[in-house]
Amino acid sequence: MKHIISLLMENEAGALSRVAGLFSARGYNIESLTVAPTEDATLSRMTIVTSGSDDVIEQIIKQLNKLVDVVKVLDLNDGRHIERELMLVKVKATGALRDEMKRISDIFRGRIIDVADGSYTIELTGSGSKLDAFLEALDKTVILETVRTGASGIGRGDRILKV
Amino acid sequence: MDQSNQQKVGQISGAEIIMRCLHEEKVKFVFGYPGGAVLHIYDALFKQKDFKHILVRHEQAAVHAADAFSRATGEVGVALVTSGPGATNAVTGIATAYMDSIPMVVISGQVPTAAIGMDAFQEVDMVGVTRPCVKHNFLIKDVRDIAMTMKKAFYIAASGRPGPVVVDIPKDITAEFAEYNYPKSVEMRSYTPVIKGHSGQIKKAVKILLDAKRPMIYSGGGLVLGDASNELVKLARTLGYPVTNTLMGLGGYPATDKQNLGMLGMHGTYEANNAMQECDVLLAVGARFDDRVIGNPEHFLSVPRTIIHIDVDPSSISKRVKVDVPIVGHVQSVLSEMNELLASESKKPDASALKSWWARIDDWRTKKSLSYDDSSTSIIKPQYVIEKLWEVTKGDAYVTSDVGQHQMWAAQYYKFDKPRRWINSGGLGTMGVGLPYAMGCQLADPKAQVACVTGEGSIQMNIQELSTCKQFHLPIKVILLNNRYLGMVRQWQEFFYENRYSESYMDSLPDFVKLAESYGHVGMDIEKPADVEGALKEAFAMKDRFVFMNFLTDQKENVFPMIPNGKGLSEMILGSDPNKDDAANEIEG
Ligand SMILES: Cc1ncc(C[n+]2csc(CCOP(=O)(O)OP(=O)(O)O)c2C)c(N)n1
Ligand SMILES: [Mg+2]
Repeated sequence: MKHIISLLMENEAGALSRVAGLFSARGYNIESLTVAPTEDATLSRMTIVTSGSDDVIEQIIKQLNKLVDVVKVLDLNDGRHIERELMLVKVKATGALRDEMKRISDIFRGRIIDVADGSYTIELTGSGSKLDAFLEALDKTVILETVRTGASGIGRGDRILKV
Repeated sequence: MDQSNQQKVGQISGAEIIMRCLHEEKVKFVFGYPGGAVLHIYDALFKQKDFKHILVRHEQAAVHAADAFSRATGEVGVALVTSGPGATNAVTGIATAYMDSIPMVVISGQVPTAAIGMDAFQEVDMVGVTRPCVKHNFLIKDVRDIAMTMKKAFYIAASGRPGPVVVDIPKDITAEFAEYNYPKSVEMRSYTPVIKGHSGQIKKAVKILLDAKRPMIYSGGGLVLGDASNELVKLARTLGYPVTNTLMGLGGYPATDKQNLGMLGMHGTYEANNAMQECDVLLAVGARFDDRVIGNPEHFLSVPRTIIHIDVDPSSISKRVKVDVPIVGHVQSVLSEMNELLASESKKPDASALKSWWARIDDWRTKKSLSYDDSSTSIIKPQYVIEKLWEVTKGDAYVTSDVGQHQMWAAQYYKFDKPRRWINSGGLGTMGVGLPYAMGCQLADPKAQVACVTGEGSIQMNIQELSTCKQFHLPIKVILLNNRYLGMVRQWQEFFYENRYSESYMDSLPDFVKLAESYGHVGMDIEKPADVEGALKEAFAMKDRFVFMNFLTDQKENVFPMIPNGKGLSEMILGSDPNKDDAANEIEG
């Protein structure tokens, strides 16, 4: 099953490589991994999307906790949470396609953020599956380029990951 | 601009700060090898008298010797190497210590800060290279961080589940100046090892133990590292339950005690492995159910039993085998608490169930799974050498070993009654550790008898240390079980590759006696069973000499019992089985 794991770690050089190294050394999946500093400059927050059986996820959490730089780990799937990802898609926009692309973008609440002679760049946020659905709705031949940030996640209500 | 390269009043150099930190940590020995990136450090080392530097002949040996010093004493071992090749030479030693959770601090030199990333002479990304085989590592970027980093390194290495920590220090930083303040203690919000176990879980465990009909206690390296031997002995004696030790746990429970069933695992005894398989309650203490211990996990789990697992590392629990009562905590603290509970408990173990369980165990014991054919008067059996070694040293030596058949024979036939006496590479299985391990033990306990049980393959992997042993007058006794084969490889080829001995014959061996003599040591060739005991006595009587004993042993001898790869604990091949070699083939086929 897919899990979203959030963690706080000391904002030290090489911290990212410790996490990435752990996943590759132990053969765990990484679907996506995002990292950035938090409002507390000494901490980085990471969101890892991974998948595996319950036993594997339990080991992943334990192994992450074992890293000396890791301060806190939370499996967001243990409770209610929100997942958001940002995607930029450059699509062909010539002739009839110009209206068509605008219409699909609107349906998915995307925003056209760059307009050129033959193309639009659409910005879209949402859960990973919403972004997937958007790409599926497009004819493959109109997609010129895509870039996704990977998911960020946060617990709902008073589920808070903080030191 | 940073003015730290001009000395101000009250400031000392980075190299001197390192010396002060080592002094503060009460370090007695630093095992090392100099080079360009650590010249400032070696200059500071020259001027101090707090610890002794042991100059090895290869950095791998420095790390192994520091590792063994720690295994023998429980203190943090310290090694010092230069950048680049010095650092990479140290990696095998670091990985070896990591796999066996040995607390160690390895200081490596690094090219100057400004040269990092420039493919400078003798540059290697040590933090990157060692990341998968250290508990933690640091690259120091500011002279003012040295003291705090060293404090953290020692703290991290020794606490929780111990392990090696690498501190990589660029050369320029060791020459810059700063004030020295060694922190009294460290607190790290990201690192807070658990000590006390959950008392509810401990109560539950005691209750389950008292309800057991066929109980078994299985202890590993964690018990030895956690210095909890006395607590385990107390627990096991109070309950009257059988105990088995892993390869890493030998000596954790006295081998000559009647409740000890011997080692378990791939080359464990018939009684230990069968009792593991058939018990209804298993107490695992500082052990991790690894593949060489329980064989095929599916086979192990095919019978129901309740498992209680005490370990300081939560990630060791339910990693390979799902456990029923996990207790995360320091083994010594948890076992003491269990002993207290038992003392105040009116309930006693089920005596009649226990009696029939012991009867069953005694029945397994009659198989005498460690018996071997000792009828030859012309060929020395390796097992016999170890039995005599045990007698001659009165069971009180530090025994280090290399990796191979000789390692298994040493583990099976030397009866360790004390922890921290059996020093070997269990997790990584590193050939070449034996001699440097013996150096670390002899320095830790200069008056003690230290035996290095080795093979002619393994000893040649760090043979250069004969020179270090001479320089530091280490009266080690090398027990070379010379079978002219990479015996363990040959055994597997015999069993699983129809005797195709691919590259496992050790040709062109040196004359070991002459080799030892050329380094200024005593050498002995022993070729007949009748000479074994006398030679051992003679060697150990030379209390101040290093003696290299070359025993020409049976080339064909194999290690039994053996659980073939992928098989279960009760599917052993025994040495007494007349079809043992065919049995092995059949099982593989
Ligand atoms: C560094 C290293 N290389 C290879 C091996 C694989 N290996 C395990 S046992 C063994 C044979 C060891 O031969 P020897 O030291 O003569 O001991 P014996 O088995 O003959 O007692 C080998 C090659 C290893 N464990 N370590
Ligand atoms: Mg050999």
